[in-house]
Amino acid sequence: MPMPSGSKLTQSNAAGWAFALPGFALMVLFIIVPFVFAIVLSFTNQRLVSPNPTEFVGWSNYQQLLGVGMLTLEPEKDASGAIIRDADGQPTYPRVRTYTRNNPDYPGLKGMRELTSWQSGQNRTYILASDVVFLRAIINTFIFVLVVAPVQGGLALGLALLINQKLRGINIYRAIYFMPVVVSIVVVSLLWRFIYDGNSGLLNNMLGALSFGAFKPVNWLGNPHTALGAIIAMSIWQAVGFHMVIWLSGLQTISPTLYEAAAIEGSTKWQTFRYVTWPGLRNTAVLVLIVITMQAFALFAQIDVMTKGGPLDSTQTIVFQAVQRGYGKQDISGGSAISVILFLIVLTISLVQRYLTREKT
Amino acid sequence: MARIVLKNLRKSFGSVDVIKGVDLAIEDGEFTVFVGPSGCGKSTLLRMIAGLEDISSGSLEIDGTVVNEVQPKDRGVAMVFQTYAIFPHMTVRENVAFGLTIAKTPKAEKEAKVAEAARILQMEHLLDRRPSQLSGGQRQRVAIGRAIVRDPKVFLFDEPLSNLDAALRMNMRMEIGKLHQQLSATMIYVTHDQVEAMTLADKIVVLKDGQVMQIGTPMELYHEPVNIFVAGFLGAPSMNFLTVDVGEVSGDSATVRAGALEPIAVPTRGRDIRAGGTATLGVRPQYLGPVDAGQTGMLHGKVDLTERLGSETVVEMTLRDGAKLIAAFAEDRIFTPGQGVDLNFDPARAHLFAEAPPDPTAH
Ligand SMILES: Nc1ncnc2c1ncn2[C@@H]1O[C@H](COP(=O)(O)OP(=O)(O)OP(=O)(O)O)[C@@H](O)[C@H]1O
Ligand SMILES: [Mg+2]
Repeated sequence: MPMPSGSKLTQSNAAGWAFALPGFALMVLFIIVPFVFAIVLSFTNQRLVSPNPTEFVGWSNYQQLLGVGMLTLEPEKDASGAIIRDADGQPTYPRVRTYTRNNPDYPGLKGMRELTSWQSGQNRTYILASDVVFLRAIINTFIFVLVVAPVQGGLALGLALLINQKLRGINIYRAIYFMPVVVSIVVVSLLWRFIYDGNSGLLNNMLGALSFGAFKPVNWLGNPHTALGAIIAMSIWQAVGFHMVIWLSGLQTISPTLYEAAAIEGSTKWQTFRYVTWPGLRNTAVLVLIVITMQAFALFAQIDVMTKGGPLDSTQTIVFQAVQRGYGKQDISGGSAISVILFLIVLTISLVQRYLTREKT
Repeated sequence: MARIVLKNLRKSFGSVDVIKGVDLAIEDGEFTVFVGPSGCGKSTLLRMIAGLEDISSGSLEIDGTVVNEVQPKDRGVAMVFQTYAIFPHMTVRENVAFGLTIAKTPKAEKEAKVAEAARILQMEHLLDRRPSQLSGGQRQRVAIGRAIVRDPKVFLFDEPLSNLDAALRMNMRMEIGKLHQQLSATMIYVTHDQVEAMTLADKIVVLKDGQVMQIGTPMELYHEPVNIFVAGFLGAPSMNFLTVDVGEVSGDSATVRAGALEPIAVPTRGRDIRAGGTATLGVRPQYLGPVDAGQTGMLHGKVDLTERLGSETVVEMTLRDGAKLIAAFAEDRIFTPGQGVDLNFDPARAHLFAEAPPDPTAH
């Protein structure tokens, strides 16, 4: 066999491993070990500090987190069979708690609480969850992702298209749009707490001034109906510049002659975007989508600084819950289980996204 | 039908003047070639006609209408780029049909036109491929196809063949020539390959530093170059230039001599050649012939190097006074380096220029 040219060092297998070892060891120590730890701990009852020995508890952490049940109740009736109505004329129902507490007929609902309910005919259907707060956190996180991913991605693309022009001073705009990205999210969150302030916040003042005082001040972060929206808006604003830069790099890989060819063929602005720009941005789009989704699922700092999950759990998120359980409540195993659930959710979504955006041949 | 008229057309990028006043009329159906050294502004001039580059001053007319401010798409031009500029994510069919898709042409008409273009360019079998599955020549055909389907008034080509190898280039050159005959459309073609220019053109425009040096048919330019630049630019190997002393000038001819050149009367073609001064004598290598052994010719030198091409023998020589010269003989001949050779030429085919010969080290 002819020997390829090169020094002995680059051909020796042992040397290669020796060079790879330090980096590999660090990766094992800081990525693989914690990952395996999280999975193992999620099946135990380990606490942060505890005198009791650790025990394996199987799936019970997951059951505790994800357990849901459904309960349909008929209206209460009096002796004659007529429906008992309250003062407003609404039918009354037995209390849910009579089914979930010490009720031997419904062992599956033990310890659950109401997540939501709706009316179906005369009956009322309840969705029950053993961990209402965590399910709220999952729902909120999904709402956050579903709003932030398209809006932030789209806005970033719009900005990238705007600043991808040869105009004098365009770099100033690039810098301005990118500025929030380099400021720590904690600092940004603190600042926006002032903007969203219920009394003399900048937003309330501005809306008041624009509507000549007709606008009643809103406590944006203190109102369960607006808190999550406020955090979504701020988060989009903060990272839009980052994704704009990614889009911009994608835009600049498209050959200018393609645009010239399109211009000569008579393509309108929109047609040029559709037939030249967007197809050329395919790979960038996949990247941006996946990165935004991952970042959105990791939503934590804004919540921690601005609302701590409140008001009324309206801004609970998965990562915030994981941290709060693991360190706040010292329930390391519960926190680990949440991390594993998040990992599985993100993994699934990434795979689905990759499948949906794959190169069709 | 398209007649294009350029009147004192100028272009500057910032303070750099790139096109310095071009006047040119291109007749309907004419195949016009822009040639010139790299950086002389050929592409810029073409792009100004296409509308991809603003016109700094002067006017551009297509069919009698000034189109300086008209959008590219409304000028009725189609352009084929050096880098093809075909859309990588579309099939050949979609690429060829692009202009029609944009114009929302009915499907049946679109398909018919694409099929027609594919037939003309012999690429029916390629229609469902993607650009990445095509060779360079095939890509160029797609680009030409995209230009054809819209029936443009004017075709613009910017060095369309420069990325192709020699054989394919010759092939495509002939195809473009055929295409011009079939479509009889006005075509403007930029190249710095003089073979393309000579074979394809009805009219050649020689540019240098953003100015027109000469406009004419290939043969006019070859046989009657107006200046040293055009004389040296067209023809391969390029024309020999010798600095000569002018003896007497009588009427339309001047007697010139040099260290290695016997006195000879050469036509002045009305140029300002003064007796007692110096001038530049230009003779194409092909018009130099060797003198049989024993006889003396007009030029005396010795052989440095011979290149035998089979049909032609190119001889590099040093003349007796140290000047360098290249001769191309039409048959296969053998010379040994250092061998003394005398050459003759027909003075009627020689040119006298008042300017000094171009500095060969420039460029
Ligand atoms: N956008 C621009 N800004 C500034 N200068 C430019 C620009 N485009 C071209 N030039 C200059 O204009 C001159 C002519 O360029 P052009 O591309 O027309 O040359 P060309 O004749 O096509 O050369 P080539 O044969 O190498 O393609 C060059 O000196 C070039 O540097
Ligand atoms: Mg060019």
